[in-house]
Amino acid sequence: MVAAKRELIGKLQKDILQWEGYKPPAPGTGGLLGLGPIEAAFPNGVFPIAAVHELVCGSAEQAAAGSGFVTGILSTLLQQGGIGVWIGRSRQLFAPALSTFGIMPHKIIFISLHKDKDALWVMEEALKCAGLAAVVCEVGELDFKQSRRLQLAVEQSRVNGFVLRNASGKLNATACAARWQIKSLPSADLGGLPGLGFLRWQVELLKVRNGQTGKWVLEWQENRFVPVEELLISEERQVG
Amino acid sequence: MQKRFMAIWFRHLLTDGLALSQPGLKELPFVLVMPVKNRIVITASSSLAEQQGAFTGMAVADARAAVPELVAIDDTPGKAAKLLRLLGLWCIRYTPIVAIDLPDGLLLDISGCAHLWDSERGYLKEIVLKLRNAGFDARAAIADTPGAAWAVARFARASPIVPSGKQSQAIAGLPPAALRLEPEILERLQKLGFRTIGPLLSMPAPTLRRRFGTTLLTRLDQALGKINEVLVPIAPPVPYVERLPCLEPIRTAVGIEIAIEKLLSELCLRLQAEGKGLRKAVLKCIRIDGHTVQAGITTSRGSHSVSHLLKLFGLQIARIEPALGIELFVLEASKVEDMETVQEQIWAVDRGLADTALAELLDRVAGKVGAETIRRYLPAEHYWPERSVKVAASLTEEPQVAWPEQMRPIRLLHTPESIEVMALVPDNPPKIFIYKNKRHDIIKADGPERIGREWWRDGGQHRDYFIVEDSEGQRYWVFRSGHYDGGDARWYLHGYFA
Repeated sequence: MVAAKRELIGKLQKDILQWEGYKPPAPGTGGLLGLGPIEAAFPNGVFPIAAVHELVCGSAEQAAAGSGFVTGILSTLLQQGGIGVWIGRSRQLFAPALSTFGIMPHKIIFISLHKDKDALWVMEEALKCAGLAAVVCEVGELDFKQSRRLQLAVEQSRVNGFVLRNASGKLNATACAARWQIKSLPSADLGGLPGLGFLRWQVELLKVRNGQTGKWVLEWQENRFVPVEELLISEERQVG
Repeated sequence: MQKRFMAIWFRHLLTDGLALSQPGLKELPFVLVMPVKNRIVITASSSLAEQQGAFTGMAVADARAAVPELVAIDDTPGKAAKLLRLLGLWCIRYTPIVAIDLPDGLLLDISGCAHLWDSERGYLKEIVLKLRNAGFDARAAIADTPGAAWAVARFARASPIVPSGKQSQAIAGLPPAALRLEPEILERLQKLGFRTIGPLLSMPAPTLRRRFGTTLLTRLDQALGKINEVLVPIAPPVPYVERLPCLEPIRTAVGIEIAIEKLLSELCLRLQAEGKGLRKAVLKCIRIDGHTVQAGITTSRGSHSVSHLLKLFGLQIARIEPALGIELFVLEASKVEDMETVQEQIWAVDRGLADTALAELLDRVAGKVGAETIRRYLPAEHYWPERSVKVAASLTEEPQVAWPEQMRPIRLLHTPESIEVMALVPDNPPKIFIYKNKRHDIIKADGPERIGREWWRDGGQHRDYFIVEDSEGQRYWVFRSGHYDGGDARWYLHGYFA
């Protein structure tokens, strides 16, 4: 009886997702990014491709961690020979560092803008360009209307958008598919040897549309993400 | 109406042309030379050199014996055609039909043009004087046929104007070379004792054909006017300009947009037919108050797509002030380039950096916020971090060297910022650093990686870089400038790792 009910609820949930425009993923498309348990937090258990993600960066250190995480995701997205656009504020992103994440830096076009308004205009135009693989944009503020425009552009062109929000104040609601916060964590001990281990981050999903929020620990090892199991902290909270 | 032709002969075309671009050569005897069969042979000789005894066809070594101060300059093939084309384009002001007559002349169809300068004499004088003033040693002649004019311009000593119908008298006294014949035929004529054309005119045609082939007969008939000779006129390049005069002055943005679209569709039709793409265009709006307002666009790759170019202009419309109204729009493509035609594809294939959509996106961005904001980086062969990347010159430029393998911070500060540091042992990584009044306790560190200055560019201290991780797990790139014991060792923060 309970099993039957659970099955019914599961089916209903899938139907609701379909009505909201989430198509069930084609077999074999899941787990491409290697995000492991994080992907399970998203609707249908697949990292949303062709959506706008929002990363909250409170400090310069967090901005660096967020850039690193996005670059890691980009390296998978750019593998088919696509082109990325990175809209920055003051040309701080250091191109040679991208090669450590498995991206050829010359495949990225950097656009430097000072005003949020210009940056968002360029991002929207870039998101409409179907030939691109991903667009990353560093902005100070993002309001609901602007994020909605980005989301609409993405739905047409199937480009991936990432917004790095440098705002540290109160965060307003946006239409983005997910809100992330990335923080650096101390790297693993190398068994008493001096030096740093692999890059390690605490990845926190603050908001997911139709998914589970949570906290995970990831490492960047040899051009892919590796989830660190023992530190897994998950938080069961449903956000509509 | 009787046709009239003019032949212009430039006796020292190449050398005069060169002397014009290098005025210092005017006073010197100089020749153009080219290697022919292991000898350096003179291909063109200036009038001064010719007077002193250096003629075309001589070996330079022989000419030097006669003229010790002879200057020899390497000849570039194809120069004559270029010069003649320029001169021909200049001559279009005198007649619409100008043909190039290689290697050293022009042929002009002047039928119905000469009366504008009162007479043929005045017409000829005008052209020849202008050319001579410009520095070209030119001779010209006018006759009923191009052949006769050619002959008289080069070989006649008498009046350069042959009256209508008198070509046979005019050329009768000239040598056979005046008939534009091949050297072999000329040699045979010479052997048979034909010093002038006169005797040839009275000989029966079959005899001439049997002995000298049809060429001689054709040339004779062309000179006498029995056969028409067709000139291939030079076509001057038509500039890529479209004009749109308006009946009523245009004052609204919508009106301007419609005008631009009209002009663009005309221009793009022509560009498309010629396989060209627009790189730079200027729109001039002439207002009724006499002022001109301009708007310009540039594209990163040649384009003849109306919709794309209209979008680029659309970003500029707000900057066009119509004031009382615009009465004339002039659209000029100041820079066009050949476009490779790409076959339309049903399925969009990822073309990477060669994608047209990407080029169009960047054009729009450049039009809105400026082209200097867009950059692509390529690796440069420098270890010094600030110099390790260079800006790519074009969208499709590929790196010549591999990207460096070392760990580099994802965010690099433009100028390293000073920090206060405590280290246990002089050459150890720091234990604590203070940046912006915040204390960071360092738990792990990698380094040092010493990066020396490029002494041939700038002086100063080397840098010892450390990758450090503080107790919160944040990773930094810090360096010490100079040696520890130098006394002037300073510590700086240069970047953030992910």
